[in-house]
Amino acid sequence: MAGNGTSRKARGTVFVRPELCKGCDYCIEFCPTDCLEFSPNFNAKGYHYPTLARPEDCTGCGLCGLYCPDFAIFGMRFQEIEAMRERLMARTQNEGGTPK
Amino acid sequence: MSETTPLEDPNLAIQPPLDNPVMSFLRQERMPHIWCPGCGIGTTVNCFTRALTDAGVGLDRLAIVSGIGCTGRVAGYLNLDSFHTTHGRAIPFATGLKLARPELEVVVYSGDGDLFAIGGNHFLHAARRNQDLMVVCVNNFTYGMTGGQLAPTTPEGASQTTAPFGNFEAPMSLPYIAEAAGAVFVARWTVYHVRQLARTFKEAFRRKGFRFIEILAPCPTLFLRRNRLGDGVDGVRVYKERSVIRDGADTRTIGLGMEGEIVVGTFVDRPRPTWLEAMDAYYQKVFGDRYRPVGGGSHVEG
Repeated sequence: MAGNGTSRKARGTVFVRPELCKGCDYCIEFCPTDCLEFSPNFNAKGYHYPTLARPEDCTGCGLCGLYCPDFAIFGMRFQEIEAMRERLMARTQNEGGTPK
Repeated sequence: MSETTPLEDPNLAIQPPLDNPVMSFLRQERMPHIWCPGCGIGTTVNCFTRALTDAGVGLDRLAIVSGIGCTGRVAGYLNLDSFHTTHGRAIPFATGLKLARPELEVVVYSGDGDLFAIGGNHFLHAARRNQDLMVVCVNNFTYGMTGGQLAPTTPEGASQTTAPFGNFEAPMSLPYIAEAAGAVFVARWTVYHVRQLARTFKEAFRRKGFRFIEILAPCPTLFLRRNRLGDGVDGVRVYKERSVIRDGADTRTIGLGMEGEIVVGTFVDRPRPTWLEAMDAYYQKVFGDRYRPVGGGSHVEG
């Protein structure tokens, strides 16, 4: 949980493609809720990539994705993900296919 | 993938096609791109594609024209109709494209060296004629691809490989030149102002005529390192500290130096007939009904 004894609930999350990251630090520096950190792991090119260190603070605002010069990270609200999944479910059912 | 993708939940009946929204605009087989770690050009591409989505621009009616340089690679990475032209000649190619296919939205996306050093003359005349182009200039104050030579935008006092004791030349103020030459929409942002930049792109898409957007971007490998200004993220942090949003500011007062404030915002927004509109209006006056306006192919009959 976040500091100061407050309990927060994540409203979104981030997705990372480590193989594209060049470790420039933009997303970590400019995250409004400061929820990202460098991962201790390296990618294939030897860069540390970001990881969601404080998931409870993430609002899914997507600013990290707008800043990332390497298209390696993006954020989304759970609501958006849910809506996207429902649209996809509906489309799959309309087409007569079965969801996997 | 990684530990940062908690949503790959096996209990979900169907996995949403989660991919970065910018990816559908990119030629993914060319990723990762050649831009250095900490370079701001990729960030401007993010904002540009966000604006394309928000403004609802038809992607089959859009063309990107780039010149040579680091920013000139944008045309090669965007999965749109794009044209990578000779050095400095992005605006002439774009002008020809626009005149041959007036229904297209033509965007020139290039760097300061390409647009204002070798291509400066073309910029002046396209702005003077109010060609219906959107010109995006990513200004990193140096020639990045060729090794950090002195550029017309390099601030006074900055060290470059061809000015090892510092630059004593007065730099160009790009919004001032754009306004003086006749651009109808002039804005400047830095890569720190991603939301504002995306909004300005969107506003520019809704206007006609010569629109100019300058984006200040850090060049960590050459400009920042040579002047001991740190990494790309330090450069963006400096933009955050030094920038002042002042919409409608007098472009004579917003030159850039190594220190002092960076005035950002939308400076000019004034409608004016584009070159094709002016030509139609004028020739209709001269030739009357014998003139067929542009759209069905412009020429005078009889």
